[in-house]
Amino acid sequence: MTKPFWFRFLTNLRVLFGLTWLALVIIGAIAAPLIAPLDPFAISGQPFVRPFDGFLFGTDSLGRSVWSGLVHGARTTLLIAVIATLVAVAFGGLIGALAGFYGGRIDNVLMRVTEFFQTIPSFIFAILLVAVLAPSATSVVIAIATVSWPPIARIVRGEVMSLRSREFVQAAITLGEGDFEILFRQVLPNALSPLIVTGSLLVATAILTESALSFLGLGAPNFMSWGFMIGAGRSFLRDAWWLVAIPGIAILLTVLSINLVGEGLNDALNPRLRTP
Amino acid sequence: MTGLPSNSSPNSAADPVLEIRDLCVALPEWADRSMAVKNVSLTVGKGETLCVVGESGSGKSVMARSILRLLPEPHLRIASGAILLDGENLASADEPRMRQIRGGQISMVFQEPMVSLNPLMTVGRQIDEILEVHTDWGKAERRRRVVATFEDVRLPQPESIFGAYPHELSGGQRQRVMIAMSLVLEPKLIIADEPTTALDVTTEAQVLTLMKELQQRHGTALMFITHNFGVVAEIADRVAVMRFGELVEYGSVDDVLTRPQHPYTRALIDAVPSLVPRKHARPADRSTATPIVKVRDLQKTYGRSGSGPSWLARLVPALAGNERKAVKAVNHVDLDIMQGSAVALVGESGSGKSTLARCLIGLERADAGSAILAGDEIVGRSRSAWRPLRSRVQMVFQDPFASLNPRTKVGDIIARGAILQGEAPDAAAAQARELLELVGLEAKAAERFPHEFSGGQRQRIGIARALAVKPDILIADEPVSALDVSVQKQVLDLLDDLRRRFGLTMLFITHDLRVAAHVCEEIVVLKNGTIVEQGATAEIFANPQHEYTRTLLSSVPGRDWQRQLQQDAASPTP
Repeated sequence: MTKPFWFRFLTNLRVLFGLTWLALVIIGAIAAPLIAPLDPFAISGQPFVRPFDGFLFGTDSLGRSVWSGLVHGARTTLLIAVIATLVAVAFGGLIGALAGFYGGRIDNVLMRVTEFFQTIPSFIFAILLVAVLAPSATSVVIAIATVSWPPIARIVRGEVMSLRSREFVQAAITLGEGDFEILFRQVLPNALSPLIVTGSLLVATAILTESALSFLGLGAPNFMSWGFMIGAGRSFLRDAWWLVAIPGIAILLTVLSINLVGEGLNDALNPRLRTP
Repeated sequence: MTGLPSNSSPNSAADPVLEIRDLCVALPEWADRSMAVKNVSLTVGKGETLCVVGESGSGKSVMARSILRLLPEPHLRIASGAILLDGENLASADEPRMRQIRGGQISMVFQEPMVSLNPLMTVGRQIDEILEVHTDWGKAERRRRVVATFEDVRLPQPESIFGAYPHELSGGQRQRVMIAMSLVLEPKLIIADEPTTALDVTTEAQVLTLMKELQQRHGTALMFITHNFGVVAEIADRVAVMRFGELVEYGSVDDVLTRPQHPYTRALIDAVPSLVPRKHARPADRSTATPIVKVRDLQKTYGRSGSGPSWLARLVPALAGNERKAVKAVNHVDLDIMQGSAVALVGESGSGKSTLARCLIGLERADAGSAILAGDEIVGRSRSAWRPLRSRVQMVFQDPFASLNPRTKVGDIIARGAILQGEAPDAAAAQARELLELVGLEAKAAERFPHEFSGGQRQRIGIARALAVKPDILIADEPVSALDVSVQKQVLDLLDDLRRRFGLTMLFITHDLRVAAHVCEEIVVLKNGTIVEQGATAEIFANPQHEYTRTLLSSVPGRDWQRQLQQDAASPTP
C-alpha cells in the first residue's frame, strides 16, 4: 500500500509488454514519413514480392509497399480510435454525470436515451451511420463515438450517484457551492479512475471497429489503414499470406497491448480489488 | 510482558477452557509494525467472561480471529505461540479439524448483525444449516432445537421468526439471532467481537443482559471484545487491555476498573465521558434571551403514502400490502435554541434527530411548518436562495473518513467556504492555516491530503472547515461516534472550547447521553420524530419526566460503576 502508483503500474510485466509495443506503434506512426518514405498508395515495385526480398514486408497485388502501409496505417487507425474514444468519453461522461447528479426525471430521460443506443447492435449501427454520412474520416469518428458512449455514461452515472451522497459532497452543499462546481470539483475527480480504465479499453474496441469498417471499404478514403489492408489482401490469402497476416498481427498486438495496459491501470488504481 | 502484576492468581482462570500462550501474529512487510499481536498470554475459564479492551489498531480483533484461524493468510499469520482449547493446540491444527471446531467448540458473534447474516436465506434455515453440518439429526429434531434456541435468546414468536428473512427483523433481533446461532451447538467458548457497538443504547442493554444470563445458564466461556469501558463494567469477570498488539494490563474486573496500574488503562478510563452533567457556565435565562433558531410545527415525511401503482393494487389486492409506508421522520416539532447555548438532540436511530438537523441546514427540505434562522425563514428555500444564509450555519459531519474530499488538499478544503463567501483566495488560504492551528494541527497540514491524517485529526479538519465561514450556529452530527474513546474526549473538548471562544450556538446530535452531558447545557430527547422531553441537562438527568428518557438513562452501560467512581473521587481516600 505504501508503494506509489507508478511503481505498482510499471513493475507489472504485462503492462511493460503492452507499453513497449504501444510505444513502438506510436513512434512508428509519428515518424512514418521518415522510416517509410514510400507513399503507401504508390506503386513502388513488382506485385507480390515476398517479405525481406527487397521490401521489408513485401508488396501487395499492385506492388505497393506493405511496410509503408503498415506504418501509415498506424497513423490513421490510432488517430481515429483515440479521437473517437475522447469524443465518446466526453459525451458519455457528461450524460452520465448529469443523470447521476440530478437523478429523478432527468436521470430517467437520459438513461432511456442511453438504453435506446444500447439496444441497437453496435457494429450494424456504425455501418449504417457511415453509409448515411458518406465515408470519411469524420464520419468514421462519429460512428465509433456514437456506438461506444453508452457504457461510459452508465459507469459515470453509477460513480456519481454513489459519490454525491458522500458527506464531503454534502459539506460542499452546506458551504454554498453551486451544482457545477460540486460536479467538477468534488465528484468527477473522484470518479476518474474507472473512467480512465474504461476509456483505455475503449480505444482497443475503437481500433477493432475502425479496422472492421475499413475492411468493408467503409473507412476513410485516401487514408491507408490496417483494416483496409486486410480487406484488400483477403482475395490473395492463399498466394500472398503476408498481405493479411502482417496487418492482422499488428491489430492483434495493439489491441492486446491496450487491454493489458488498461487492466494494469485498473490493478494499480484499485489495489484492493486484487490480492497480489 | 512487563508491567504485569507478578501474582498469577487473578491472571489465570480456575478451570481454563482456552489458554493462549505467547501468541504472536505477524503482519506483512509494508505494515507500520511487525507484529499485529505480540506475546499475548490469556486464559478464559468455564462460565467466565473475559473482556478484551483496546482502541482501533490495538490488535484485539486480530487476536480473536487468530483463535478461530480466520486470519487473511498469508498476509497475517500466526508466527509463534500456542492456542490451547482444552489442551488441544489450535495454532497447529489442520483445516478439517478447524472446521469441526468452528461453530461446534468455539463460535463467534460479529459486530454488524446485518452483514453477518445471509440476506437471501431465512434466519431459521441459516441456523438449521449449522446443525445439518455438525450433527446427524433429522429435520424435525433440528427445527425443534432451533426454535428452542430462539426461545432461549428471548426472540418473540420463535416459530414465525424461523421463517423470517434478516431484513424483516430489527437490529436487536438480528443480533439475538446471531447469538442464537453461536449458542445452538452449545460451544465451550463464544467469541463476541463488539457485538453491541452497532446497536442502540436500549437494545445494547438488553443484549448485554441476555448474554450474561445465557452464559451463566450454559456455563460457556465468553471472550468479549469491546472498546467501551461501560460495557466492561457491566459484564466482565476479568479484563485484558491491549495496545499496539501487546497486553498492557490483565486482571480481575475490580482491580482494573478501580485500581488501574498502567497509565494507558487509566487514560482510557478517564476518557469515558461521565454521566454527570456539566455545571452551567451561566444559567440559561430563557425569558430574556432571544432564540436564534425558532422551529414551529416542522414536518418531514419520507415515502409518500398511496404512491405507486394504485390501480394495480386494486386489481390484485395482494400487492396492496407491499406499498411503502410513509415515515414521519420529523413530526410536528417545536424547538427554540437560544443564542450562545449548546443543545443536544438525543435519540436512537430512526428518531429523526439527523433529519431535523438536515432540515435546519438545508440538506433536506421540510414538508411543512416554519423554521426561522436568525430572522430568516428557511422552510421552502431553494438551494440558491439558501446561499446567502450559508455563513450562518455550518455542520460537522459524522464520518471523518467520508466527509473530506480525498483528492483535495486540506488547505483548499478549509479555504473553499471563505472563497465562496467572497474572500480573496490568498486571504482564505492564510485563514485556513490559522484555523488549522486553532484546532490543534500544524499550519503545514494545509499542504497535505486527507488520507495522511488519523480519524481524530480529520475531524479537527472538518471543524476547521465549518468555522472558516464564521458561522453563528454549528450543527454537529454525531461528530465523535466514529472515533476512539481517547480521541473522542479531545474532540469534544475542542468543540466546547471553540464554542465558548466564538460565542457559537451549537446543536449537537448524539445517541450517547454521556457525550450530551459532557458538552451541552440543554437536552432535547426525540423519539419517532417527536420531542418527548426537553430541558436543562442537569434537571433531566436528576429527574427525567418521560418514560423513554428514563429508559435511555438506565440503559447507559456501566453507569453504576461510574457513579461509584465519582463517589470515590468526591470523598478523599484516607
